[in-house]
Amino acid sequence: MTKKEQPATDEQMIKFYQTGTFTVGNRLLDEEFRTVQATSERSNSIDSGHRACQGCGQALGARYALDTAMRVTDNKIIAANATGCLEVFTTPYPETAWSIPWIHSLFGNVASVASGIAATLKAKGDTTTRVIAQGGDGGTTDIGFACLSGMFDRNDDVLYICYDNGGYMNTGVQRSSATPGGARTSTSMPVGEHPGSSFTTGKFLPAIAMAHEIPYVATASVHDLHDLERKIEKAMSFRGARYIQINVPCPLGWGSEPAKTIKLARIGVESGLVPLFEAEHGDLTNSTKIRYQVPVEEYLQLQRRFAHILKPANVDQLETIRAIAEKNIKRYQLL
Amino acid sequence: MLYQMSGSIAVAKAIALCRPDVVPCYPITPQTHIVEHLSVLVKSGQLENCTYENVESEFASMSFCIGSSAAGARTYTATASQGLLYMMEAVYNASGLGLPIVMTLGNRAIGAPINIWNDHSDAMSVRDAGWIQLFVESNQQAVDVHIQAFKLAEALSIPVMVNMDGFILTHAITRVDLPEQEQVDQFLPPFVPRQKLDTEAPLSIGAMVGPDAFTEVRYLAHHRQKEALAIIEQQAKEFAKIFGRDSGGLVKSYFSEDADIVLVAMGSVIGTMQDLVNDLRNEGYSVGILSLRSFRPFPANAICNALKNAKQVIVFEKSFAVGMGGILASEIHMATQRFVGDKLIIKSVIGGLGGRTITKKSLRKLIDSANKNELDDEVFMDLDGTTVVRELKRQQEEQSSGPVAENILRDIGVVSASKTH
Amino acid sequence: MFQIRIHGRGGQGVVSASELLSVAAFSEGKFSQSFPSFGSERMGAPVQAFARISDSNITIREPVMEPDMLIIQDPTLFQAINVFDGAKFDGYLLINSSKTPEELGIDDVTSQYPNNHVMTLPATELALKYIKQPKPNTVLLGAFAALSNTIKIPALEDAIRGKFPKKIAEPNIAATTAGYNFIIKQLENT
Repeated sequence: MTKKEQPATDEQMIKFYQTGTFTVGNRLLDEEFRTVQATSERSNSIDSGHRACQGCGQALGARYALDTAMRVTDNKIIAANATGCLEVFTTPYPETAWSIPWIHSLFGNVASVASGIAATLKAKGDTTTRVIAQGGDGGTTDIGFACLSGMFDRNDDVLYICYDNGGYMNTGVQRSSATPGGARTSTSMPVGEHPGSSFTTGKFLPAIAMAHEIPYVATASVHDLHDLERKIEKAMSFRGARYIQINVPCPLGWGSEPAKTIKLARIGVESGLVPLFEAEHGDLTNSTKIRYQVPVEEYLQLQRRFAHILKPANVDQLETIRAIAEKNIKRYQLL
Repeated sequence: MLYQMSGSIAVAKAIALCRPDVVPCYPITPQTHIVEHLSVLVKSGQLENCTYENVESEFASMSFCIGSSAAGARTYTATASQGLLYMMEAVYNASGLGLPIVMTLGNRAIGAPINIWNDHSDAMSVRDAGWIQLFVESNQQAVDVHIQAFKLAEALSIPVMVNMDGFILTHAITRVDLPEQEQVDQFLPPFVPRQKLDTEAPLSIGAMVGPDAFTEVRYLAHHRQKEALAIIEQQAKEFAKIFGRDSGGLVKSYFSEDADIVLVAMGSVIGTMQDLVNDLRNEGYSVGILSLRSFRPFPANAICNALKNAKQVIVFEKSFAVGMGGILASEIHMATQRFVGDKLIIKSVIGGLGGRTITKKSLRKLIDSANKNELDDEVFMDLDGTTVVRELKRQQEEQSSGPVAENILRDIGVVSASKTH
Repeated sequence: MFQIRIHGRGGQGVVSASELLSVAAFSEGKFSQSFPSFGSERMGAPVQAFARISDSNITIREPVMEPDMLIIQDPTLFQAINVFDGAKFDGYLLINSSKTPEELGIDDVTSQYPNNHVMTLPATELALKYIKQPKPNTVLLGAFAALSNTIKIPALEDAIRGKFPKKIAEPNIAATTAGYNFIIKQLENT
């Protein structure tokens, strides 16, 4: 990789460092190493004018994912959306930010709606148009779980993208089954003997998707655009049910600075708490190695939802989170 | 061509004649035989270019319909009872989005207590959901009205529910005249969607609508249903021209114009009533029947017209609003108040709940009482008063008197006394 | 209108019998209707099915309350339920049993019927002989044709061939014929 001529100020020096870690600011890279998102030919699935919060990870993730899908299908995609932030901030009546055919039906049924669209394409013999379903973690792991499992079972030709920000952010940050243990939400406040969300057995949907042995499962993160684009492209090369879960920081729900979204996404991965991997037909085929391992505290301290964890009284919870990171590192061979 | 077959098989064959593109299904008694037979028709290649899918719940089934209809497919499914309730959120969504899905409801009671038999509680539970709701009296009408349902749904871009009494019609084997494919093709042109998810002309469906426009969107749904009143009548005429049969329409009168006492009802009970009215008219009674074939839209004008000479109306219905009474009776009351005034006597009869047999004998008793001006304003036909009183007494005497359903089953001897809780 | 009520237990083909009757009547150009009692479909549970045959359109939907023909596929039902409820005593009664009405202890009821209107026949044994299964329904349909003369054997044969694949249809047709012949012989002997 050749480095561009370095700009003079310190601020731009920092940008340059980030480029080296494959983050979004890669316009400084040689053309062949740039992501599609960095080019003027990007697809623009979501136009400007949407109402997402500053620093919204989901807005970035959705755009990167759908732009890639548009590119590889020559703009032949139809998207179905679960109720949630993405749905609300992209379609404030009477405007829409979508430049693709898009439907929102309900909170818990997006997988079935997408399956219905795929069934129509099948009945009409349309093999070029592809279908994408998207929802947040609540719409995926909780209320939409049954429909999603049915879609997996039937191996319907749908790519399901879950934007995981670990809670019901659209309704005011309540706990979902994807909320990390210990995290503060408005229904799991940091009070009492066990502050924050309980450390349950969890409901890690990528593993559940793998158990359905669908053709392709992947996890991705908004900080690594190359990896994200590659995984979407790969997913679109398969027929049948596919699942991609993208880790998307939420400044509102996490209590983080909007400017730290990309950094949080990155150190979430590098702490081992957000494993990135791929699986085909139920078997793990690839995992993204951690480049610079960071302690989990570094990730937690940037988020007010974990503030209580870092207090001495809750050292047990911190230990539990450390153990989760270690287990991920071992299970998905992240080092 | 004439066949002797079950109502369910006849409906499945009628649906196939309508050339649906997508059919998701989930089993629930008593509609199951319809989707079973459609599965055979698709799998064996008799129904071509149709995607048939076994989905994991009724909620998924209606959601699947929403997706396929929005993508431009002629879409069909069937359900009943608990299944309809389980898909309820999507039922409202389908009509709200204006998607012309056709669904058969094999009418069945709603639990608890769980009950698989026929009544109209399921249909009445969605009376405000924005679907067109048609009722059929016979299996011939079931065939004919399903064919009209697609045309109606697609003309207005609203979903249509064809209500067909579970077991009484679905499982009954009767003579049915199945139309020829050419006739159906002549009546029902290919589906041209009003809105469609299309990569060539991208649009967003299902955006959030705030207080500034919600009233207008809802009013238009109401307006479309009112438009349906004329279209239903017109399509029934067009149907008669091509198929040579009277089927469908808003209401059907059976001597109601020149009768002092008119029975008003929906569905298969009309058949038993006709048999009774034939007997009674031979005996000199002035009795008629008004069959309500369209419940939504509610044909208030047509009802008033048919009842304008009646002295007494007995509204017979297979469901009721607990704590209020007869649903159809109160709607008929409201409609006729406006046009006929309050000189018309309206009696409410609830019967046939959870599959209780509706006998000619019991219906005759109603007419006899009405004839003597002795019919109560609200009657639960064939209610076992002794059992009810016994349970009320038990509840009065004992705080922990136990589950009502089991107590009553024990009283009437269905559950043996030794098997108490 | 001729009304038929069939009593039996789940698994004995009660519902199929009523269906075959209605299809046979249809193929003879008559109007007909059949439907089950919509109860539990468990094997062994008491089951009823109904059929109506008429020269004009049938609109009535109530179960057959006053049967012109009562078919009892399982004689153990006499102890379980009142199968004679509403029976028309100028009609017919057909019972699957090798015993006489006296031996079955129902002669107080059967004596109210005219001569030759009550017939018992070992339908299960005949079924075992012809179709190798204890399903007495098609034997009883043949007996029905012989006793009531409402439906002819060829129409029943057509109905059976229409419902079942050949391998199942042919033994059932033989069973129907056996039931028919059994009753004709009885009638000739009296």
